[in-house]
Amino acid sequence: MSDIKASSFDQFAKEVGSEVPIYQESLGNAGVIITKLDDLLNWSRLSSMFPMTFGLACCAIEFMSTGTTPYDMDRFGMAPRSSPRQADVMIVAGTVVFKMADRIKRLYEQMAEPRYVISMGSCSNCGGPYWQHGYHVVKGVDKIIPVDVYVPGCPPRPEALIGGILQLREKISKEGLIADRLKSE
Amino acid sequence: MTNSLNLDRIKEIISAVVGEELSVDVNATPVCITISAAKLLPVCEAVYKHPDLYFDTLSCLTGLDNGKEAGTMEVVYNLYSIPFNHHLMLKVVLPREKAELDSVVSVWRTANWQEREAFDMYGIIFNNHPDLRRILMPADWEGYPLRKDYVQQEEYRGITVKSN
Repeated sequence: MSDIKASSFDQFAKEVGSEVPIYQESLGNAGVIITKLDDLLNWSRLSSMFPMTFGLACCAIEFMSTGTTPYDMDRFGMAPRSSPRQADVMIVAGTVVFKMADRIKRLYEQMAEPRYVISMGSCSNCGGPYWQHGYHVVKGVDKIIPVDVYVPGCPPRPEALIGGILQLREKISKEGLIADRLKSE
Repeated sequence: MTNSLNLDRIKEIISAVVGEELSVDVNATPVCITISAAKLLPVCEAVYKHPDLYFDTLSCLTGLDNGKEAGTMEVVYNLYSIPFNHHLMLKVVLPREKAELDSVVSVWRTANWQEREAFDMYGIIFNNHPDLRRILMPADWEGYPLRKDYVQQEEYRGITVKSN
């Protein structure tokens, strides 16, 4: 068992500690981590946010780029899922038209709690270039579903989307148990 | 582009169907011939079937609203012949309050969705269309968005349409 370095626990504890508050105690090759149940739940949630695979317009191209090797969304434990029932995060990437609004609402309702929404790009934030004369565009996806993080840009670069993902991770890390979550809504 | 040799032949063939003097705009690109709504279907059949013309493609079908003052709407047909490589534009002018004309789906099947789009955006009725319903907007949308006097509805299924 000499190949297990003494530092591997410290390394692990350091990674967890960067995301949620912990107390750590090293015991030789192993160690003990003490944390709150809230923090443990939050840590597990924010470390594997599965986004739903869907896109509405050009922002979806940037969303796809975010999943490719140069940007590597998988390093946040994010693997796109093709079913809303397996997804934790909905990334609304693109223009939400009225014809699509019902479908998006339905997909959101099909996702299991806890669920999060990232609104990506100007169109889904506020209607974007269609805000004045676009009779067919919903002026912000927040008119139909609650949004956690808004990512500005037209379209936002993958770095910007990753910025939004980091914001969402930070938000999740500060959440309480379910009762608190319900209270805030 | 249609050359003058072809144009004379086109005029000859179409006026034989219409039976009256044609209104031709030679400055348009491609050359534009305005025909009445009643004669549209026979003219389309003729230019499609005639061995010298053979307009086998309806490249584009466009609706057009000239506004309340003019009181007219138009439907523009852009035709193309693949074997002869020549183009032609047909135009039908309709009264704005009763914009109805025959469907050309029986001639070019591609007209199906294009006529549905013109119906969706302008409310132009295409008689004998096999499936005339909205194609872009939701089925329960109110009004025709590309009409000059279009006023968008306040809300759609509980969502406000205008930005705040």
